[in-house]
Amino acid sequence: MKFIDEYRDGEKARPILEEIHRLAKEPLRLMEVCGTHTVSIARYGLRQALPETIELISGPGCPVCVTSNRDLDKAISLARVPGAAVATFGDMMRVPASESTLALERANGRDVRVVYSPLDGLKMAEQVPQMKIIFLGVGFETTAPAVAATALEARNRGLKNFFIFSAHKTVPKALKALLDLGGTKLDGFILPGHVSAIIGSHPYEFLAAEYGLAGVISGFEPLDILQSVLMLVRQRKSGRPRVEIQYKRGVKPVGNPRALEVMGQAFEPADAEWRGLGRIAGTGLAFREELAELDASRAFELKVPATKETKGCRCGEVLCGLIRPEGCALFAKACTPDNPVGPCMVSFEGSCAAAYKYGS
Amino acid sequence: MNQRSTVSSSLEKILLAHGSGGELSHELVTSLFVKAFRNPILDPLDDGAVLRIGGKRWAFTTDSYVVTPIFFPGGDIGKLAICGTINDLSMSGAKPLYLSAGFIIEEGFSLSDLQAIVASMQETASAAGVKIVTGDTKVVNRGGADGIFINTAGIGAIPEGVNISGRNARPGDRVLLSGTIGDHGVAILSLREGLQFFTTLESDCAPLNQLVVEMLEVSKDIHCLRDPTRGGLSSTLNELARQSGVGIWVEENRIPIKEQVQGACELLGLDPLILANEGKLVAIVAEEAAEMVLQRMQAHPFGREAAIIGEVREEPIEKVVLRTRLGLTRIMDMVVGEPLPRIC
Repeated sequence: MKFIDEYRDGEKARPILEEIHRLAKEPLRLMEVCGTHTVSIARYGLRQALPETIELISGPGCPVCVTSNRDLDKAISLARVPGAAVATFGDMMRVPASESTLALERANGRDVRVVYSPLDGLKMAEQVPQMKIIFLGVGFETTAPAVAATALEARNRGLKNFFIFSAHKTVPKALKALLDLGGTKLDGFILPGHVSAIIGSHPYEFLAAEYGLAGVISGFEPLDILQSVLMLVRQRKSGRPRVEIQYKRGVKPVGNPRALEVMGQAFEPADAEWRGLGRIAGTGLAFREELAELDASRAFELKVPATKETKGCRCGEVLCGLIRPEGCALFAKACTPDNPVGPCMVSFEGSCAAAYKYGS
Repeated sequence: MNQRSTVSSSLEKILLAHGSGGELSHELVTSLFVKAFRNPILDPLDDGAVLRIGGKRWAFTTDSYVVTPIFFPGGDIGKLAICGTINDLSMSGAKPLYLSAGFIIEEGFSLSDLQAIVASMQETASAAGVKIVTGDTKVVNRGGADGIFINTAGIGAIPEGVNISGRNARPGDRVLLSGTIGDHGVAILSLREGLQFFTTLESDCAPLNQLVVEMLEVSKDIHCLRDPTRGGLSSTLNELARQSGVGIWVEENRIPIKEQVQGACELLGLDPLILANEGKLVAIVAEEAAEMVLQRMQAHPFGREAAIIGEVREEPIEKVVLRTRLGLTRIMDMVVGEPLPRIC
């Protein structure tokens, strides 16, 4: 398929790999932040092609995985609101909260529907005015603009039965928090392509300036990732760490001003709870006062039972790059994609699911 | 790693994923149904049972059809119900002869739709040379079913000298696929509520009995046949690897796939390897016979794009290995959960 096959071509990959092997003589620890990168690396078996000096570590870039148990419990409680239906992206269905999953709630008769776009939720609200439709807003800067636009549209149409639960998260400050935890020794980042298509490259400049780390914003095809690795190797060699854009066909340094504007109209920065990283100031997106009516966390008085963390689950450490999935005692034993204990085993983009599915 | 999971004893309810043809379906079948019904005819777990009556071997199978929407490009639930059971019989090498048809209909269902479905069933059956010889109808209260559910069962005669089972794959055998994958899955998805996208793609829904007859004319060294329906190519190859206790190696760039299917999968974040097909088969054939069987398949309208996509090896036992376009390898696992588009 044109514009796809070129990026998966073994012939084109060879010279890039040869150059990486020639240059990467010293150990290099690189974190791929985004879950889609994690999947691509596993799906195409890229680890086996890279020299042993290069270690790829998965980061906190799977939106489902970093959603805290508390937020998941709130989603479950929302599904139990009488007369309400929860609309969610498919990969939230099987994530274990403290005591249930949305899939189990649906099997128990709650109205939980899978949608492909927040606008589908809006449409449902118009079609069934007697029901309250609650959309679960989970995702990074990639997803947030569409949810913001949907919220503004709902207000314009005067819908009273459409609500959004915002568990959105923003990436750059989370990387800072991750580095400040100090446990993960890194030389550079493979930065997320789609998040950066929205926010641009400037928000990452602190990586080089404050931490002396290399960063390359990468596309998602195997050749994109290999080229990004090569760029990181070269940055390291040159001793001049900076933020570069490999994914030029998708990302401009300024990002997407229109999307950022819409996000700014609907949301304001808030604190957010991240699995593994804890509470990080300014990495959440809360609805502005003007949209308070459709903010599910304000519109419903939820009785959310005390949150329980799953014993033995080390998703938090996996997300921070402290251990590989195989480092968790539950991996592929008590925790499998059929019977997931933690979110990293559920989501298609989760590091544990990728390691289980494709081998590492 | 990649251990086969143990019984999901923590689950107290049936989830949709139990019916998706993946790991959870497999587990439900083996840990509940097979355990309860255990007998030597059931145990091979092929698409159909093989019965020995009057010195002859007969294939016997059943399947239920619950597709939404009921009418789709390239077919409808009726055509699907006939093709599906014909294909299950054909996958044991049998010549399908007689079918039953059971209807569970929701109160209020359109009579003209029912007429159209029945006409489509008859047309498909007679084109394939099988007869619908018995049936049943139940009507349930509104809400008790989603429009219409159809069950078909069928029997077919297995010719002398044919010995096809999921347990018969041997190292050295070649893996043949009769055409492009994912057509049915994407055609159905394109009509799903909330996901409507325009495509000229049609379901590949087709009866494969004639194709199988022709393949068997060329060679009796066809060891396994299976139609990659729910769970797609990925699940089918994994089932065969497990049943035969072998490793199956597949070349990604040899798997035929339509550009439209590839495009839809890229957009939706789906893996074409796990999408359903309704008119395709996988054949595991002795090395010497593979090329001849392939040529015969390519001469048949339902096998025009057939390809040899891989081979059977001793290792890794019960696993499927995919060599990607980059020349690197990875495990190709069974489907887990419902295949759904993801967040970003």
